[in-house]
Amino acid sequence: MKMEIPNMLRREFLSNCVRKLPALAAMASVTASWKSVWAGGNDNYDPSEHDYAMAIDIHKCIGCGRCVEACKKENNVPMDDTHFRTWVERYVISEEGETLVDSPHGGMNGFPELKEDVKVLRTFFVPKLCNHCENPPCVQVCPVGATFVSPDGVVLVDEDYCVGCRYCIQACPYGARFLHPVKKVAEKCTFCYHRITKGMLPACVEVCPTQARIFGDKKKTSSPLRRFLRFMDITVLKPWMNTKPKVYYGGADGEVT
Amino acid sequence: MTKIPQQLIPLVILFALIIVVFVAARQQFVPESFGELGFYRADALKEISSQEPKYVGAETCGDCHDDVYETKANSYHRGVACEACHGAGYMHVEAPDENELFAPRGRDYCPVCHGYNPSRPSGFPQILATVHNPGKPCMTCHDPHNPTLPHTPEDCNACHRSIANEKLVSHHTELPCTQCHQVPVEHRKNPRLVRAEKPTSRATCGTCHAENANSREGIPRVDMETHGERQVCWQCHYPHSPEGR
Amino acid sequence: MEHVFNNLLAEASGVTGFVFPNEYELHWELLIVVYPYLTGLVAGAFILASLERVFKVRVLLPIYRLALLTALSFMIVAPLPLLAHLGRPERAFEMFLTPHTSSAMAMFGFVYAWYLAVVLLLEIWFDYRRDIVIWSREKKGLAKILYIILTLGARDISEEAVKFDHKAGKFITIIGIPSAFLLHGYVGFIFGSIKANPWWSSVLMPIVFLFSAIVSGIALVLLVYMVTSLFRWKKLNMGCVDKLAELLLYAMIVDFSLELLDFVHRLYESEESIHILSEMISSRLFMSLIIIQITIGTAIPMLSIIMGRSGKVHAEMRRILYFIAAILVQVGIFSTRWNVVIGGQLFSKSLRGLTVYKLELLGPEGLLTAVGLLILPFVILYVLTKTLPPWMGNEEDHLLPPPPKEEAVAHSSA
Repeated sequence: MKMEIPNMLRREFLSNCVRKLPALAAMASVTASWKSVWAGGNDNYDPSEHDYAMAIDIHKCIGCGRCVEACKKENNVPMDDTHFRTWVERYVISEEGETLVDSPHGGMNGFPELKEDVKVLRTFFVPKLCNHCENPPCVQVCPVGATFVSPDGVVLVDEDYCVGCRYCIQACPYGARFLHPVKKVAEKCTFCYHRITKGMLPACVEVCPTQARIFGDKKKTSSPLRRFLRFMDITVLKPWMNTKPKVYYGGADGEVT
Repeated sequence: MTKIPQQLIPLVILFALIIVVFVAARQQFVPESFGELGFYRADALKEISSQEPKYVGAETCGDCHDDVYETKANSYHRGVACEACHGAGYMHVEAPDENELFAPRGRDYCPVCHGYNPSRPSGFPQILATVHNPGKPCMTCHDPHNPTLPHTPEDCNACHRSIANEKLVSHHTELPCTQCHQVPVEHRKNPRLVRAEKPTSRATCGTCHAENANSREGIPRVDMETHGERQVCWQCHYPHSPEGR
Repeated sequence: MEHVFNNLLAEASGVTGFVFPNEYELHWELLIVVYPYLTGLVAGAFILASLERVFKVRVLLPIYRLALLTALSFMIVAPLPLLAHLGRPERAFEMFLTPHTSSAMAMFGFVYAWYLAVVLLLEIWFDYRRDIVIWSREKKGLAKILYIILTLGARDISEEAVKFDHKAGKFITIIGIPSAFLLHGYVGFIFGSIKANPWWSSVLMPIVFLFSAIVSGIALVLLVYMVTSLFRWKKLNMGCVDKLAELLLYAMIVDFSLELLDFVHRLYESEESIHILSEMISSRLFMSLIIIQITIGTAIPMLSIIMGRSGKVHAEMRRILYFIAAILVQVGIFSTRWNVVIGGQLFSKSLRGLTVYKLELLGPEGLLTAVGLLILPFVILYVLTKTLPPWMGNEEDHLLPPPPKEEAVAHSSA
């Protein structure tokens, strides 16, 4: 998409380029190394060395929705309002004790103002996604073995094997799954498996401007995830379901379900 | 006389046939890699991980745009990924001249993060987009890669607007924040590192609310010795909206 | 929440409160309502037939074979709504290739196959075999070939062979009763075992499903008997009809008690989901639950049958009352399935909102498909009654000895 670049900036850029001709050569090698990462798979990757999980710091989320947009773009999720691999919810707890929750367009374009003057006691944003449970009910109920837990702890869907019966969608307590409207198979957050197996971060973690999302490996003892799990008061969603979720919320209010 | 009833023979043959067909079908049609790692097609792991990433990551951007990268890395936006504002970079890395990235240059992008929203954590810099320099693109005064403000904000509501809004409609509206809070100058530039201080004793409130305080008539007074016993005042009264008790 | 948040999509789509973004659309729709309805009829009709065969309720003899054929016709159609509902029906065979043993749905494929092949088809074959052999001798042309194939080569109809048929049939029926329980109880388990859904997750679910299946099966056989007798210009066997109505009443009492128990239990425990579920019942499900399922589908038929059995009503009036009751029961049980399946998806798993079911007219999961699938079993039944006539007209032809004089089946229209 061509933008109108002001002359000043254009001249600056060109002069920079000329000055950095050697860098241009380096650019070619960047593209090359990027392509090799890009071109599908790292042969040295051993899944059983990893156990991926995510942490979410409620105190840091500003509800900007960059994560929702990035996820949709990265994973070709339909841009409509009824299919999300990740979304952000806004909680408003009023002084009267009413808890009000909304998620307009999944939070993708931020959040509009409140319609009326609610006397707000507490309010915050909660990003949601597949929890990649250690005891996943969705995997339990899949009749054909199309959804499964990978050796590195990620719950995935084999889209070439799924029959689209939607039992997994019913069994997920968190509403994380949906049926892809075109492929007609079940789909959900994959922790950007195609990125993490190449040493990159999931798209949502990459673009979060306040680092409210922390991605990590439970098998790695030195990591931001480990620090988060050490110092924050951790909760998970619906612990009584015994799904053992691996998305750990720090600072999440009791009203979050 | 245990003669096998005639009926059973065709039945047994039929059922045997069904079982044979079933077993043969399983041999033939179950995908090869199924069961290797668990109850699923092991090939699926490779297929899923072969998807091509679209967001390249800030470091890749920095390989070419190293000056901007360095500037941003020392600025308030150091935690904001390049692609958060500029979109996915894979096409641009492939063919930089043909695929230029989108750069938000108007007024409608920055408020996605910085527009005032009371649900955002307190202390996050926010503006009221409709009244903050209306019509001017944000870039006129703020360099997105080094968004240090043109001048240090004097008002606390630049970052603490929801508190300020509550105070604005309360009995404490005339009080400046500094009446009760000690705010070092450096706090306005480096808020996370240099914190403002909160009052620590009942005497702060007593300045106006004690029986013998030298303050305006009409301000509610209490006997500081007995009221609230040993607690501090804000254990019960929310200072930013004191009528709320 | 509508008064506080700006959510155009929610307002336009009829959603109230908050639902997770992925929950706007329902996933198990009309076809998944039709499916348990059909399997329920199978189980109910079969259990009715087994009452005659194993528990020797002789008065039910006139409908014995008819009940079996009814069960078979519905059994044949039962997997079709499932197939049409799958996102990728061409991969359906995967459930037999790699069935996940922890999945109730996968195991159901085998329960279904077991029931169809080992119970229903075998039972019918053993019961009809002697007649099939006779027809294969008497008929001509294409029909003769058909019957020859159906004999499967077992053409011995000596007394000994026929006695074996009888014994085998009884044995199969004895296995068949728990199998019928398993068949439809399993469907209840598929719903009842989903812990994520408080409307479905219940120990009672398989039991409730089973008893409502029995209710619908008995009512269906009653209806089919009445309608086929009408078309054949034959007099109804009132003893049989009275018995069917009596059994229907008992089944309805048990079924209603179970549903009442579930209701009382929920109210008493009053756990977290009670608020959104009450809201759902009083808003989204009011018509289908309170009006159709309870009032029209349970209370009125029960009253109707009680009136008919009061002893003060003559036969023609009884027939009308039973007919009305049977039709209303079908409507009621279909509504029961609707309330379970659709109801379970109308509320959000956040327990904070309700969504709306938008029924399609056309398409593989639309209303027309569902109606077609509900009509198809009757078409198949018609074909079956022509191929394997179930009418017990000539008592001497049938395997079983005529009933003793006390239980003589009355042919009068008293």
